[in-house]
Amino acid sequence: MSMAPIVEAVDLARHYQVRQGLFAGSATLKALRGTSFSMPAGRTLAVVGESGCGKSTLARLVTLIEHPTSGILRLDGIDAGTAGKSALRELRRKVQIVFQDPYGSLNPRKKVGAILEEPLAINTAMSAEERANAAREMMARVGLRPEYYYRYPHMFSGGQRQRIAIARALMLRPKLVVLDEPVSALDVSIQAQVLNLLIDLQEELTLTYLFISHDLSVVRHFADEVMVMYLGRAVEQGSRDAIFSAPKHPYTRALLSSTPIADPRRRGERIKLVGELPSPIAPPPGCAFHPRCAYANERCRAEFPESIDTGGQLVACHGVEEGRIDETQSQGATF
Amino acid sequence: MTARMARRFVQHRLALASLVLLLLLALLALAAPLVEAALGVDANMANLFARFAPPSAEHPLGTDELGRDLAVRLLYGGRVSLAVGLSAALFAAVIGTSLGLLAGYFGGRLDAFVMRFTDGVIALPLLPLLIVLAAIDLEKLGIPAELAQSEDVSLYRIVVIVALFGWTTVARLVRAEALRIRSREFVTAARSMGAGPWRIMGTHILPNAVSPIIVATTLSMGNIILFESVLSFLGLGIQPPVASWGNMLTNAQELIWNTPMLAVWPGLAIFATVIAFNFLGDGLQDALDPRAVE
Repeated sequence: MSMAPIVEAVDLARHYQVRQGLFAGSATLKALRGTSFSMPAGRTLAVVGESGCGKSTLARLVTLIEHPTSGILRLDGIDAGTAGKSALRELRRKVQIVFQDPYGSLNPRKKVGAILEEPLAINTAMSAEERANAAREMMARVGLRPEYYYRYPHMFSGGQRQRIAIARALMLRPKLVVLDEPVSALDVSIQAQVLNLLIDLQEELTLTYLFISHDLSVVRHFADEVMVMYLGRAVEQGSRDAIFSAPKHPYTRALLSSTPIADPRRRGERIKLVGELPSPIAPPPGCAFHPRCAYANERCRAEFPESIDTGGQLVACHGVEEGRIDETQSQGATF
Repeated sequence: MTARMARRFVQHRLALASLVLLLLLALLALAAPLVEAALGVDANMANLFARFAPPSAEHPLGTDELGRDLAVRLLYGGRVSLAVGLSAALFAAVIGTSLGLLAGYFGGRLDAFVMRFTDGVIALPLLPLLIVLAAIDLEKLGIPAELAQSEDVSLYRIVVIVALFGWTTVARLVRAEALRIRSREFVTAARSMGAGPWRIMGTHILPNAVSPIIVATTLSMGNIILFESVLSFLGLGIQPPVASWGNMLTNAQELIWNTPMLAVWPGLAIFATVIAFNFLGDGLQDALDPRAVE
């Protein structure tokens, strides 16, 4: 396992032009407003945040489905923004994605075999027989019975469909797999099976995972590193243990305190977030979190917080920098 | 999935009856020469001694104003009507599907252009235009004389004319389907694995859009048969002596008070065929609708 980062993002941003009506001009929706991170090979980085915080946009950028508006994205050492056509094709093979909804991500008119062989048919010169063998081998690996090869997706349960989607993503032997909420559409009992399968596959095939989720209990089980996002920016990044045991950013603390724990003695104080996620078309000036933050002051309302290293984790918060956020309040609050 | 569709279709009694009727009609029409031989008559042979004969063993539906066997002429007319309906509807479906797929998948300016063109075609007053087109002298367009003057040319002409104006419904339907399907995740997945636009349109979008295409094409067959008979009735479609239900009606119109049956039989044939295609289309729509509950 090399220690060179497999993904390196510098100030990655993605804006969309949205029309607001027939006569109104178009506005800019800033789905991703400059996010930097790097991922070492063989590890799992979890990206967490509310709906609309830009985590799915990030997934689409890393898998090269969309191009960033600005910023640099390096995959396996190659700058995706300046790479030529054939280099991009090579990169695509190294990065694959598993979507949230296993009902929408499989073509209902294709048999499982054809679904699994399609990536090979597009990207390799393998013969039909070789493709079929590869598909069958992958089916065995993800726990699908060989006779499923001839079945259509609608004959399967959600968990089995997600296994098919995972198998498809692995057909090209990628280095990085982006998991865009891969278990949130599944029953809780099935979630654990699929997560365990993903962990096994990661070891067998030395995969790197970018795991997008809003389910903190799943992240706690699954991730090595955690990045918390709010309105298109990373507000806190660090190792899983650091984030879960000593969250620093007020938003991370609120997020963690909202996860229920099945232990009445450990019930902590719950931090309630007031208000809603602001519009990404007109994000608040200064720190985007200030309208909902109990610690916000004049500086937070005016000045944009940069990420600072606070010993292990990166935090973008003026309050943490100035030391005016009460460290004790949420120490034992949740976990 | 297909077994379930077949079951739902069979439950639709009217559609099933329509399908049986149409298959029967098609079979009889295809067997017209055999029927002709069996009865010992000739569809185009005039026999002025046997004009307006009542139904008999030799002429099951009697004879027309030239002594020709009505039943056999009806079967030959059915051949023409069904062939025109089928080929024009398929031709139109191919044009409409291609344009709809391109517009829906690529979107943007191409979509705007194709759809405004479609709106334009829909807005054209069809009947006067068809009359003008049907009157075009093919020899002046550089088509060889022996082809331009052959008996079948009126048939080809009508197929081409109807197809050139009949693709709009399918184009709109397919465009809407393509717009819906292209944002589904399996299309995004295909794109992320490097699939090109032709592959995505051919193997991901088209197979998922077949149901509305089948339904619309079936429904349009009834309309086209009606259209063919209107044109033939006006003398611009299938030219005598080739029989078609439309031109049989034209001949019958002066004689309607004396021998109403000469108008009733082709009229009934048109009516039954068109209504059967409509019921069949409805049945297919219900059977192929993925949201239908059992």
